[in-house]
Amino acid sequence: MNSNNNYKKILQEAVAKKYKKRLLVDKLVTIFTVVCVIAAIIPLGSILLEVVKNGASAISFEFLTQPQGSIGSGSGGVGPAIQGTIIVVGLASLIAAPVGVLTGIYLSEFAKGGIFPNLVRFFNDVLTGLPSIVIGIVGYIVIVLSIGSFSVLAGSISLSIIMMPIVVRVTEETLKIVPHSFREAGYSLGISKAKITLFIVLPSAKNGILTGIVIAISRIAGETAPLIMTILGTSLFFTGITGPVDALPLRIWRLASQPYESAHAFGWGSALILILMILALSVGLRLLAQKRSSFKGIT
Amino acid sequence: MAIEEFLASKEERVVESTGKHQDENVVESTGKHKVSIENVNGWYGKKRALKDINLKVKEKTVTAFIGPSGCGKTTLLRCLNRMHEMTPGAHADGRVIVDGADIYDKSIDPVIIRRRIGMVFQKPNPFPTMSIFENVSAGLRLNGISNKTIIREIVEESLKNAALWDEVKNELEQPGMSLSGGQQQRLCIARALAMQPEVLLMDEPTSSLDPIGSSKIEELLRSLKDNVTIIIVTHNMQQAARVSDFTAFMYLGDLIEYGSTNQIFMNPEKELTERYISGKFG
Amino acid sequence: MFTCLVVGAAAYTLLMVGLVAFSVTKGSIDIFSVEGIDFITQSDWNAVEGRESFGAFPYILGTLLSSAIAMAIGVPISLAIAVFISEIAPPRIGIPLSFITELLAAVPSIIYGLWALFVFRFWVRDLIEKPLYDAFHGYLPFFAKTPFGLDIFTAGIVLAIMIIPIISSICREVMRVVPDSQREAAYSLGATRWETVRMAVFPYVKSGLVGASMLGLGRAVGETILVTMVIGNVIGPSAIPTSFFSQGQTLASLIANEFNEASSDLHLSALIALGTILLILTMGINIVARLLVKKKIKVSTGAKAQ
Repeated sequence: MNSNNNYKKILQEAVAKKYKKRLLVDKLVTIFTVVCVIAAIIPLGSILLEVVKNGASAISFEFLTQPQGSIGSGSGGVGPAIQGTIIVVGLASLIAAPVGVLTGIYLSEFAKGGIFPNLVRFFNDVLTGLPSIVIGIVGYIVIVLSIGSFSVLAGSISLSIIMMPIVVRVTEETLKIVPHSFREAGYSLGISKAKITLFIVLPSAKNGILTGIVIAISRIAGETAPLIMTILGTSLFFTGITGPVDALPLRIWRLASQPYESAHAFGWGSALILILMILALSVGLRLLAQKRSSFKGIT
Repeated sequence: MAIEEFLASKEERVVESTGKHQDENVVESTGKHKVSIENVNGWYGKKRALKDINLKVKEKTVTAFIGPSGCGKTTLLRCLNRMHEMTPGAHADGRVIVDGADIYDKSIDPVIIRRRIGMVFQKPNPFPTMSIFENVSAGLRLNGISNKTIIREIVEESLKNAALWDEVKNELEQPGMSLSGGQQQRLCIARALAMQPEVLLMDEPTSSLDPIGSSKIEELLRSLKDNVTIIIVTHNMQQAARVSDFTAFMYLGDLIEYGSTNQIFMNPEKELTERYISGKFG
Repeated sequence: MFTCLVVGAAAYTLLMVGLVAFSVTKGSIDIFSVEGIDFITQSDWNAVEGRESFGAFPYILGTLLSSAIAMAIGVPISLAIAVFISEIAPPRIGIPLSFITELLAAVPSIIYGLWALFVFRFWVRDLIEKPLYDAFHGYLPFFAKTPFGLDIFTAGIVLAIMIIPIISSICREVMRVVPDSQREAAYSLGATRWETVRMAVFPYVKSGLVGASMLGLGRAVGETILVTMVIGNVIGPSAIPTSFFSQGQTLASLIANEFNEASSDLHLSALIALGTILLILTMGINIVARLLVKKKIKVSTGAKAQ
């Protein structure tokens, strides 16, 4: 076919003309992506570097255990903040983790379709995206105003509202991966659904769920905004659930706003402590998971 | 047809994998060789999936690669347009000479050779966000052809050559995915044909189609080969017997036997070939 | 019994949502009953007793502008990173890289803020703002004010850094759903790698990519502590940004700044109302985003001939 040869020639010409440019574009795009990757890594490197560099010098036993000395003096430490973080985050986890896991179990194992589960899922997604400052406002109105004081309780409940949806989602997704044959084996033996879930399905999803919980805890440990209007942030140690308390993220913010070098140094030190605590949590989990699984679960 | 072909090809009986002659300038007097595969080895990491293949494919014919699963026929096919090396860890060495130019030459970019060597895959893969028209013209637009008239002409001709034009000529704006499986495969053939390839590689093109769709494509091959050299991988021996002029039988990475289809199926030289043909294994 | 437990737990979610809705409504009702819809369009911020007047407009602008900068910088970079990890890099580079981006996502925003306040802002000021100012301040109003590093521009850049891990990891996830057969089709036509991504991958997951970006936007809009540390913290009409280098204020950052020192109930109510606006904005963004991402992943896996 004559037209065939014509087209072939047209195409050959077009290819020859354009291909240098196309190869150039391809190379440029590749370079661009590499540049972007490097651009994203540099901040990470810088952050870690600065935190370690500036924070390490502030760390001492006194720093870890004492309350802050008079402002600007450079004495004392952030002991109350460390304690406060552990208490508030710990309490929040105690609330959010069980409720979150149970809800995840409901959505994955017990929900039969219909409006209620879909509503729960939808609102769970909504909760995940809420700005944490708004959660702080909720904590303020619901707890602080009712009790009458800034308190550990308000902070913990606020943090738990942030943490819970994360746990729900991870639990549901992890449970969905567990093969159906596990459940069917239980049914065929006449075991009740509750027992199957608790003793067969859940253990095999244990690792994934625990990982999710730890990720959620790491997330709320770094949250500052909701704490501003719930725990206030004092320089005293823990006085009671209904009393105010300090926490590391809050303390860092306050320290950074002060005009003194010593305060800034404390801020970096606190940042280092915070990162180390979060790291310890993740590593601790990994070790725990490895030790426990002689039988490897699904996840 | 078959006997004449057979007699003619006796003159230029292709060399088997024992690798007799490596002189690339040997040009047979009757019938040009479009693709000359020389000492090709294909690797997946350290595993050698193709062992020193030597094969010459005649121009404007249909050549079938057959053999049991894992024999390397698809790997060999994908070496012919340098798609094999795109699998992570995979590479190939040797030479594949198309019209005198070795596509494995270091100075040639694979992007260019794929203009001359097109491919159709096992499962039809039209671009789902494009219309029928856009699918067929995709390769043309990539290469900067902007003349709308030319594009329309090439699209029409390609669809006609793929035996799809009559069915879609009034709905070229419809999404490519709205067609049936067999039609989608012909769409993919049209898309490949639009690039005016000289060689068309087909990797089990009918294995995911129903019998009617399959037979339409087999019919297609008969007219296609007037313009394009076709190499088809198939696990369906009967299909190879139906559509191909030449057949290469492979087993575990080796080229066992290669000859005209008639000869391979009716009078195989190697015992292994005979056993495969008669279904003793596969 | 166990069933009751799990159903109760699920209901807890709804309870929480109800609490949120209740709180913001109760808290903002005062200011809205006094000012009505004007609250959203006004710009003054006067807490003096007797002459109280509050308007959210500058902070809405501040939120939108800082987020817009974050998106303009963050989305292309996130896409580029996703393309690199999923289409270009071999696994032994890609896997550690995606791990590193996950690390970026895990850094608490207070630490981003600390770093931005003491380190990064000087980079921005010296490497980006000063040159831009020197070059353009006569001609382009957006670069008018003398930059000293604590302004909307810096806030936008740091927000970008913060949302990049989120956007790029979701982009990567949706791109992974694209079947290889699509890429092979493009390559077999002689496409270069970038052309393959552009022709076979991006269109396939377009709505997923948009959804990922919007999730990043939702995060940027709601970010508080990081913004309040670098944005300059002005209030009232002077908070209306006139240049990239203006000091500014966002809805979230103002709440954080003034909440504990609110001088009157109306003042407090105004702050909570800012939160309500923020809440509605974020909810809208996130709902649309999730719909887009879910739709893309569902369509790709439940698809027909593929």
